[in-house]
Amino acid sequence: MTALPGRGHALHLLTQMVRIRRFEERCAELYSAGKIRGFLHLYIGEEAVATGALRALGPDDALLCTYREHGHALVRGVPMNKVMAEMFGKQEGCSRGRGGSMHLFDAEHRLYGGNAIVAGHLPLAVGMGLGDQMAGRQRVTACFFGEGAIAEGEFHESMNLAALWKLPVLFACENNGYAMGTALARSESQTALTVKAASYGMPAVSVDGMDVVAVETETRAIVDAIRAGGGPAFIEYKTYRFRAHSMFDAELYRDKAEVDEHRKRDPIPSFLRRMIAANTLTEEDLAHIEAKVAEELSEAVAFAEAGTWEPIEELTRDVYTEVGA
Amino acid sequence: MSEVTFREAVRMALRESMHADERVFLMGEDVGRYGGSYACSMGLLEEFGEARIRDTPLSESGFVGAGIGAALVGMKPIVEVMTVNFSLLALDQIINNAATLRHMSGGQVNVPVVIRMSTGAGKQLAAQHSHSWEAFYTHVPGLKVLSPATVVDARGMLLAALDDPDPVVIFEHSGLYNMKGEMPEPPPAVDLTHARVAREGTDVTLITHGGCLRRTTEAAAALAERGISAEVLDLRVLRPLDWNTVFESVAKTHRAVIVDEGWKSWGFSAEVSARIAEDAFWMLDAPVRRVAGVEVPIPYPTHLEQASIPQTAQVIAAALEVVGHG
Amino acid sequence: MGDFVMPSLGADMERGILNEWLVKPGDAVAKGDIIAVVETDKGAIEVEVWSAGVIEELCVDEGTDTPVGTVLARIRETENPASEPSAAATATPSPPPEPVATTPAPPAPAPSAPAEARGRVMASPWARHLAAERGVALTGVTGSGPLGAVLGRDVPAAAAKTAHPKPDKVDQLAAMRRAVAKAMARSKREIPHYYLGTDVDVTGALAWLARRNASVPPPERLLPAVIWLKAVAAAIRKVPQVNGFWQDDALRLSEPIHLGFAVSLRGGGLVAPALHDVDQRTPVELMRAMTDLVTRARRGRLRGAEMTDATLTVTSMGERGVERVDGVIYPPQVAIVGLGKVVERPWVVDGEVAVRKVMHVSLAGDHRAHDGHTGGLFLNALADALSAPEAL
Repeated sequence: MTALPGRGHALHLLTQMVRIRRFEERCAELYSAGKIRGFLHLYIGEEAVATGALRALGPDDALLCTYREHGHALVRGVPMNKVMAEMFGKQEGCSRGRGGSMHLFDAEHRLYGGNAIVAGHLPLAVGMGLGDQMAGRQRVTACFFGEGAIAEGEFHESMNLAALWKLPVLFACENNGYAMGTALARSESQTALTVKAASYGMPAVSVDGMDVVAVETETRAIVDAIRAGGGPAFIEYKTYRFRAHSMFDAELYRDKAEVDEHRKRDPIPSFLRRMIAANTLTEEDLAHIEAKVAEELSEAVAFAEAGTWEPIEELTRDVYTEVGA
Repeated sequence: MSEVTFREAVRMALRESMHADERVFLMGEDVGRYGGSYACSMGLLEEFGEARIRDTPLSESGFVGAGIGAALVGMKPIVEVMTVNFSLLALDQIINNAATLRHMSGGQVNVPVVIRMSTGAGKQLAAQHSHSWEAFYTHVPGLKVLSPATVVDARGMLLAALDDPDPVVIFEHSGLYNMKGEMPEPPPAVDLTHARVAREGTDVTLITHGGCLRRTTEAAAALAERGISAEVLDLRVLRPLDWNTVFESVAKTHRAVIVDEGWKSWGFSAEVSARIAEDAFWMLDAPVRRVAGVEVPIPYPTHLEQASIPQTAQVIAAALEVVGHG
Repeated sequence: MGDFVMPSLGADMERGILNEWLVKPGDAVAKGDIIAVVETDKGAIEVEVWSAGVIEELCVDEGTDTPVGTVLARIRETENPASEPSAAATATPSPPPEPVATTPAPPAPAPSAPAEARGRVMASPWARHLAAERGVALTGVTGSGPLGAVLGRDVPAAAAKTAHPKPDKVDQLAAMRRAVAKAMARSKREIPHYYLGTDVDVTGALAWLARRNASVPPPERLLPAVIWLKAVAAAIRKVPQVNGFWQDDALRLSEPIHLGFAVSLRGGGLVAPALHDVDQRTPVELMRAMTDLVTRARRGRLRGAEMTDATLTVTSMGERGVERVDGVIYPPQVAIVGLGKVVERPWVVDGEVAVRKVMHVSLAGDHRAHDGHTGGLFLNALADALSAPEAL
């Protein structure tokens, strides 16, 4: 049984989860209104993972994510204004509007995307860990990916390299049960992911991804071990997305009942209930947080609306470091 | 001035760069204990140690991606992919990551990785070890693609690539490693912006690079004996390509023959030809001709292998044709 | 209206003989076209025009000796350059390319309809560009390309060719002889020559060359002349006073080393075109440049710059079986190096007599520009360079 957080800590966790939830709900709305285009992959239901796990990382640690990364960017400290502007494709966005929903970058916060090739960023994480190791830096590279990535060769190549060279890399698997519409059992011969990971000779643990406290506690323990020189580790967060894979998804692959069942374990109300029961938080705290988040969000939308389109004359910038191709 | 092989020139650059900058390291299959499949890194493991001459498992995507990742955190990795054929296993990393990260991040990160690979046919290695995929990589914005044809470029371009802030792919033609050439003392720095006029001429421009330069130069010498003055362009940098030099030469000779080992259809030579047609059309006195790979996976027997890649005689014939001589 | 004047093709050129017109009144010319051949002290040089338009008048007859700057022709700028491709060109199909290769040649262009059947003149993009620029109608231009297509070269040349047949060979030779006569007479009249000479043991150099040639494919093999030229360039680097021009009563040294290389022409005559930047080029490059230069010299395709750029001339009489040559300096150069035949001679090596391959090397110097001391230093440097060929 993990120790419950104190009031300040709990307020932080709740605030972050609410920020993600409300931000994404608004994104869905803005998508329907045509303000956000392209793919939009929502994290709703999985907020406890990014919220808890990222608290275990220091500001110098690097973070690589998938295309379902709005929550990670917000928790990591990328201002909501810049994230929303990026969703709109405005040049005030955190990637100058060039990336959009799937490619949120912020070098200052060491957020290396927003990577939209499943498992494609795992080798990058290995290399970043290698660079840190060779330079003698005590940093950890945390690489988040979905359970779908485990079927990719790059997962196995990366796990092997990181273990072989004892690199400071956290392989953080967000297992929400479905790779788009394919359930884990329909794509993996071995559904116990920690068993696969352990075969590379690295620590592998599984944690309830709907429990923000457990996520934080387990992640902290494993990150501390990596930082202490223990080499890479694997952690599985068992979670569930409440919404479709992306906006354009009829969800033919799962029952409404299944979704409803998981909704009962919604990480936000369940955390709030525990905190109220422990006399750490109150309903008023939530109301207060909701009000603040609503304010932040409306400012972010206004910021994005007021943002500007990059001139077409600049189309080919940032292809090479020097201008021109 | 001393005479060195292409392989030694590559090794010179590896040693010089690793002595000059501790962020430089070499990574790839069998680069260490084995000494490199083409022996470019022979002896370097003893000199620089296992951390910097890093043998990798057979995981092209994994270690090429790791090179990109290391570059993201300030290292200067040189990743050796044994042959361009194996690099197809790492295309995802090179194209989806190395070439895009700067742009996707709005210019916040850059990827100073250098990826070396051998390319080309001529050693009877058959259809999975002999191809020329320059066209794949030159197709991709965000990559710089080099094709050294001389010992000076083999050394100089690798050093220049390490100084470049963007991902650079270097094609080393496997037929060149034993080639000897003069290395001036001190060895000169080279640029990554210009094509080189390897031979001046006035009647026809022969445009080539890398492994085809020798045969093209031979062709030019043979043409000279027939009274035809062929200009030979060694493109050197395939992307971004120095189109000005190409157009200037065509404006002088009014005729162009492109020599490239890759397949003709949709290939590197196709792009060069198209650009000349687009931007130097009014300079032309004859249709552009290409001497390129025949549309077949490279076969094993030497006579068929040679028949599938450009030969000196074909270059001569193409040049004579565009010049209008019999 | 623009004037085409007798150009100054070299710093010391004062006069020239308008040897041949390649255009006639009414012809269209473009910037860069070769429109005349001018006889100079250094041989016949093709001269290009620097303005575009139509030749209005030729002011000077062929054979006239005129000072630099004299108006030779008047050119009227074309008002409205437009071509009217209408009727057919005279199609004179060129013979198909003969096979040159053991490998099959690329297929010849598929036979297409005759030029006239298409209802438009067959012409290359470059020919159309030139014709449009000069206001020349392509109709009636005889094409030299496949199926009689008009090529770029046909546009300026067509009219000129019909009006001005080339002077016969005797004339050309006589002109060249006159030019050589003039230059040599001026040299002997104005330049106080001094002469030095020494025998050099080139056994090592030739042995090195033989070894090197045995180890490289034929296209990379070198003739001894390449080594001699590289050695001269190396010696110039040590004693630069011999490399340059005597102009306005002063020695003007040249930083580039362009070696004039005497080429005797089949059927008589002599030219000494320049091999550029001999010190900068590898022996293999030099070999190719030399072959190219000789070929073009004998085909009469030298460029103006090659005729005027030499900074020092090397004359080699070895092939003619001559053991020693003392040259006559080409003004305004200030020295000429003479190379004799390589002969086997008894030679003292380490106190013993041995048979060695020896070549006589001479220097004729312009005493206004330098003196025998300098010349001696140069010959010593040359002998040193020849004894260490691998450094070249």
